[in-house]
Amino acid sequence: MSDTNQRITDIVGANDVVLFMKGTPLFPQCGFSSRAIAILDHCGVAYDSVDVLQDMEIRQGIKAFSDWPTIPQLYVKGEFVGGSDIMMEMFEAGELQQMMDEKQVAKAS
Amino acid sequence: MPMAADDIVTLIEEALPGAVVEMRDLAGDNDHWAAKVTAPQFAGLTRVRQHKLVYDALGGRMGGELHALQLTTQAPT
Repeated sequence: MSDTNQRITDIVGANDVVLFMKGTPLFPQCGFSSRAIAILDHCGVAYDSVDVLQDMEIRQGIKAFSDWPTIPQLYVKGEFVGGSDIMMEMFEAGELQQMMDEKQVAKAS
Repeated sequence: MPMAADDIVTLIEEALPGAVVEMRDLAGDNDHWAAKVTAPQFAGLTRVRQHKLVYDALGGRMGGELHALQLTTQAPT
């Protein structure tokens, strides 16, 4: 396993909810990342984010790690959930909130 | 070069026979697309697997020359 894969494994293992995104929650640098943040805020869960624009290894590595070509990417309890389109579909169907409840994710403080 | 909508539709239809693809130009710039794909191959698959079938159909262009494709997938009802 490469160093980058190990780093990503550590990141998704250390946080219940992690969003790999372009920019930061306050200053998203892409419309899709911005939408993902808005969805997480609506869910009211605590989350961490990784700005892939600040780390080229993660930016490329996460695509291979998840076998998913685009960013943002959401991980919950170490499991890949999807990108912003899937997050939106799940949110509109109430499934995202349900999944957060079932996985007993901490609420935002 | 941005990808034309027709090219996107053709790639998806070739990879997923029977698929119905609706394209919407989000920004009016021929570059930011929303695609709604209904395909029999999606039946019983998770959303991640459904989206991956479409990404596979686009042959690695997703995230590259095709950076802004908003995707919705469903099996025929």
